[in-house]
Amino acid sequence: MDLFEYQAKELFAKHGVPVLPGSVASTAEDARAAAEQIGGQVVVKAQVKTGGRGKAGGVKLAQDPAEAADRAGAILGMDIKGHTVHQVLVTQASDIAEEYYFSFLLDRANRTFLAMASREGGMEIEQVAVEKPEALARVPVNALTGVDVATARDILAQGGFPAEVLDETAQVVARLWETFVTEDATLVEVNPLVKTPEGRIVALDGKVTLDGNADYRHPDHAEFADIHATDPLEQRAAEKDLNYVKLDGEVGIIGNGAGLVMSTLDVVAYAGEKHGGVKPANFLDIGGGASAEVMANGLEIILSDPSVKSVFVNVFGGITSCDAVANGIVQAFELLSSRGEQITHPLVVRLDGNNADLGRQILTDAALPHLEQVDTMDGAADRAAELAAQGA
Amino acid sequence: MAIWLTEQSKVIVQGMTGSEGSKHTQRMLRSGTKVVGGVTPGKGGQKVDFDGATLPVYNSVAEAMAETGADVTVVFVPPKFAKGAVIEAIDAGIGLCVVITEGIPVHDTTSFWAYAQGKQTQIIGPNCPGLISPGRSNAGIIPADITRAGRIGLVSKSGTLTYQMMYELRDIGFSSAVGIGGDPVIGTTHIDALAAFQADPETDAVVMIGEIGGDAEERAAAYIKENVTKPVVGYVAGFTAPEGKTMGHAGAIVSGSSGTAQAKKEALEAVGVKVGRTPSETAELMRQIMTSR
Repeated sequence: MDLFEYQAKELFAKHGVPVLPGSVASTAEDARAAAEQIGGQVVVKAQVKTGGRGKAGGVKLAQDPAEAADRAGAILGMDIKGHTVHQVLVTQASDIAEEYYFSFLLDRANRTFLAMASREGGMEIEQVAVEKPEALARVPVNALTGVDVATARDILAQGGFPAEVLDETAQVVARLWETFVTEDATLVEVNPLVKTPEGRIVALDGKVTLDGNADYRHPDHAEFADIHATDPLEQRAAEKDLNYVKLDGEVGIIGNGAGLVMSTLDVVAYAGEKHGGVKPANFLDIGGGASAEVMANGLEIILSDPSVKSVFVNVFGGITSCDAVANGIVQAFELLSSRGEQITHPLVVRLDGNNADLGRQILTDAALPHLEQVDTMDGAADRAAELAAQGA
Repeated sequence: MAIWLTEQSKVIVQGMTGSEGSKHTQRMLRSGTKVVGGVTPGKGGQKVDFDGATLPVYNSVAEAMAETGADVTVVFVPPKFAKGAVIEAIDAGIGLCVVITEGIPVHDTTSFWAYAQGKQTQIIGPNCPGLISPGRSNAGIIPADITRAGRIGLVSKSGTLTYQMMYELRDIGFSSAVGIGGDPVIGTTHIDALAAFQADPETDAVVMIGEIGGDAEERAAAYIKENVTKPVVGYVAGFTAPEGKTMGHAGAIVSGSSGTAQAKKEALEAVGVKVGRTPSETAELMRQIMTSR
């Protein structure tokens, strides 16, 4: 999960990384109150999870609370690269002597952590990497020993940080490492990390990505959930523990196993090219077990998506054999009808794998409404796309 | 031969007394695997009955190895305890540690991976279905009865796509199939498996299945170009995945313009790997290679 700047800074503050005082506001009036409390010049910053906020006009200086309210009023509701601004951060303005860059991230390829440091901060780091690769140090971090102040100092020296800031910045970097590890982050990035005219080192911006697999040891991370960005169907699916991602097509997809479902989306999209350009409506992985209740919950979510015109159930019977899956589908229909839900769209089912013949026979005998079977994945995808095109 | 797992492999199960561990221990035994015991701390000395086979439970991997001569462990313990379980297996010096557990925090995986460096334990996974050498041994949760022994090697990030491919090519059969897992950080990689299949005299050709996220497939392509002379057929899932969304597997995410299926496909094709558009087409490409030999 990516955090907003203000959330990242909350974590920074918790771990002793210096940040400027500020508070988040979702109305112009709240922004005025925040500016009054901070006093003096403030910066009003759009809270969106994308770069380039400044260029888009989402970051503005304000001289007093009235101007802060005006600025917030203009920024709230803005669209920045497809992200609507629902909140602004009102924060103390700061004079800047120098701007640096620092981050810790997960390096998938090398299966370790990486520190990136540069004395060239403030601009997009990708740009630095291309234009001045020598100015960006990439230093692997030993996952077992981590980063102490001495290691931090060494990394900063490699990044070309000026000698006079090394000591203080190393203290900050050690705190950033603590944030990275104890919060189970996969990215902690500060751009810019600034030196003020008084010589203080401050994190002026912050980007943090948290590892969802570690949520169980961070109950406090639940409050970072972004209510505006979460699709209502994804929200409902999450409440039922379903692995669901909403997409913008017409063919609802249910399958077992993440790889098979991703593949199903692709095969449906190819088939859709021949049928009026219909596309997959969602990703939904019901897992290896494919139980009746999970199947029923999945169907319920998919059928409540108004853009869905047909549903493709693509199950490979491996650990759970096809007869068990077929019985699960039959029971799911019963369960849905007991909940007062009607199956109103055509359902194409492809069962393959262990006991495929038996599974198919069970579905044939059950003669479920709107359900038809196709034996191959490619053929079933084609039929589901065709039916969606007819229903659209 | 097969790779990494043979009829001689002696397998223990960490978490054998849990529900998943016990279900799959039973399945491994049924497919002919030499499962020789389980490890659950605090339950040492207990016995568990599987269809008449009685397996001992040990308190530690070291104890299980000393008593049984085990050389493979399959880890089913919950995410919270997985790091400890893997480190215990590394400390005991077991040769192969297959981590089935899904949902392990990536900081834990990165740290047990770092811990394993320079030691003798090969890690497969986490968040993987394990590996099978059909007709010989099965370490993990891959259904054994969907295919038979043969001369194709398979390496895949995805469990169900592995099963699908094994099933489509069941008449030709597999030397070994390895599910390396869908997490951002994994132990054994596509490249490790490609190297082992290249060296295995009982493997004639390799199917490689990838998915969005990271650049493992691109690096595998570079490896194939320099080191693999056996035919390789590829498949990549996730062409339609939107940017920034995790698709089921923790590692399956397109970030900005990196990790896309298109880039992976192009990298593989550039080194002469035939890449199927669908799993069936991929199976067909492999069938052509195997039947024209």
